[in-house]
Amino acid sequence: MNGLSLHRKLEENAGLLIFGILCVASIGGLVQIIPVLQQESLETATANTRVYSAVELTGRDIYIREGCSVCHTQQIRPLIAEVERYGPYSGAGEFVYDRPFLWGSKRTGPDLHLVGGKFSDDWHRLHLLDPRTVVSDSIMPAYPWLARREATQAGNVAAKMRALRTLGHPYTDAEIAAAPEQLEGLLEIDALIAYLQMLGTGYTGEETH
Amino acid sequence: MNEVVRSKALSHYHDDVVLRLVQFSMLWAVVAMLVGVYLAAELVWPTIDFGQFWLSFGRLRPLHTNGIVFGFGVSALMATAFYSVQRTSHVELFAPKLAWFCCYAWQLLVLTGGLSLLAGWTSSKEYAELEWPFDIAITIVWVCFGIVFFGTIANRKIKPIYISNWFYGALIIVIAMLHIVNNLAIPVSIGKSYSLYAGAQDAVVQWWYGHNAVGFLLTGGFLGMMYYFLPKHSGRPIWSYRLSVVAFWAFTYSYIWAGPHHLHYSAIPEWVQSLGMVMSVVLLAPSWATMINGIMTVSTAWEKLKTDPALKFIVLSLAFYGLATFEGPMMAFPSVNVVSHFTDWTIGHVHSGALGWNAMITYGTFYFMVPRLVGAELYSVRLANIHFWLALAGTMLYIVSMWGAGVSQGLLWLSVDAIGELSFSFKDIMASMNPYYVLRLIAGIIFLAGTVLMAYNLYRTIRGRETLKVQIPAVDPPWGMGSPALAADGAAWRAN
Repeated sequence: MNGLSLHRKLEENAGLLIFGILCVASIGGLVQIIPVLQQESLETATANTRVYSAVELTGRDIYIREGCSVCHTQQIRPLIAEVERYGPYSGAGEFVYDRPFLWGSKRTGPDLHLVGGKFSDDWHRLHLLDPRTVVSDSIMPAYPWLARREATQAGNVAAKMRALRTLGHPYTDAEIAAAPEQLEGLLEIDALIAYLQMLGTGYTGEETH
Repeated sequence: MNEVVRSKALSHYHDDVVLRLVQFSMLWAVVAMLVGVYLAAELVWPTIDFGQFWLSFGRLRPLHTNGIVFGFGVSALMATAFYSVQRTSHVELFAPKLAWFCCYAWQLLVLTGGLSLLAGWTSSKEYAELEWPFDIAITIVWVCFGIVFFGTIANRKIKPIYISNWFYGALIIVIAMLHIVNNLAIPVSIGKSYSLYAGAQDAVVQWWYGHNAVGFLLTGGFLGMMYYFLPKHSGRPIWSYRLSVVAFWAFTYSYIWAGPHHLHYSAIPEWVQSLGMVMSVVLLAPSWATMINGIMTVSTAWEKLKTDPALKFIVLSLAFYGLATFEGPMMAFPSVNVVSHFTDWTIGHVHSGALGWNAMITYGTFYFMVPRLVGAELYSVRLANIHFWLALAGTMLYIVSMWGAGVSQGLLWLSVDAIGELSFSFKDIMASMNPYYVLRLIAGIIFLAGTVLMAYNLYRTIRGRETLKVQIPAVDPPWGMGSPALAADGAAWRAN
């Protein structure tokens, strides 16, 4: 009966009910999220993982803007077929400079986590401007406007790098100062291709293209 | 004396704001479902974005999901919360002007937020795509929603807080918590920010949010709707009030753990994945307890189903609720997830919930509520019946086509031959999805057609009419705070 009378208090007192809901709903989150946010191995970069260059970062933000992650995952599961199709499965240390993470939830197109270096820059350019010229049955949209806009129009890259530095990404003052110049003369499509070509190079340790 | 006069002058429910929210909800339903149909068509004919960035799949898809969840869903939840909290508390809405502010500010947010998504402002986190200025504005409107709702409860004349209000309350509290934590970010410009969390940690936080936005908004909030409107409509009390209470706490406790099942086989720690799986299975218990409670509530009122399309919608929504909450835990098993993950099965699962459960219970509720709000019969019961069959056919075809697509996709991706080589190229598997995508497009059109019929039906019901001024009952039911005799009655009723 004690439990019942306690519960009667709860259902007759709005403040207690709010407090009760908040407590009960918090437990699961606290148990899962606090340890995950404190687990250092999830914040430790693998040997070859590095921060994005000014051009790659701009390309990544274009990837986000166009919603590429709606149809392309960046997460290779530890399954034989996936490793054969895409390459070595993904580890947490490869994503430590990914804000936000772009693992995706739907694989309408293929996974892109290790796509860097698998196709030439020219292939990517053709594919982005008209996917069906290089993949006959593709259902990917075309992105003609990426070849019409300057890369510098995709946001203030120095400000972005400064913001990321406050979050712990190791950019030097010199890198940030030189960043806007690196975008000069590039189109948005060039920046996006630079990003696609570096995907996965962190894992294999190859130089970026 | 003064007080008596004042309370008499205001002794009716504030229903104008409820009706306006219903209208906005229907508007978003039509718009966002139309966007959904267009997206389905783009997967069949990829060139129909005509090279326009704002018609591009990657930008339209978040508009579809946000339009449904925040435009259609939240407007419906606000409308029904305002309607039912007054009637279960026997008081008028607290701070009605603030309620009007919530109504219009929210619509403005959905509209401008939607346009910002088309402009490419996105955090890319699912169901939390809107950028930081919108996140702050959402928080402000949400707090106002909470003030109106809990203010009304604080003023209530009925001592126990009815179960529907618990679910609406949990919706307001838990969504606020999830929204704030998941959207913490460093702004760079007005339309761009970087998440406070990175990589695997960002993924865990996002799916804690994403799963529980489904949990406390699309499930919990709509269960509040069910617990008020199902008994009202069927004319039967909740089958077991005690079960509803137990299920509420079990639901609130266990839902929050289940997020990591969205990240099976990913780079997050294995213990988090396992915990997420176990709790997803546990979640089946409160989900089905609630479904059974709802079905048993109407079990002595089946004859009403023959004549009343509104009740048919609500009962069917419970069936789909049962289906989706069974399918969900099954998909949380790694051995099932290995096939379903990243495939169209996930899309089918979402739609069995969103079309079958959320949309149908909202339709049933609106068909019930709108004629009562304006004091007129529904314009056409026949149209509502046609809508019912269109909604059922559309939902079934949608789910079945996505099962077909998802299961074949999943199995073909994983298929290897005798010497361990991949059997099929990704491109061929993708191309083989076409027939399923065509079926899904047809399913979407059927469902949308039903929704348009309903919008027309409600428009004709409302047109030229004002909301009724419904008097707040002077005498409280047995739970009344005023009379000791009635209060004792209430205690006796509860003890049974």
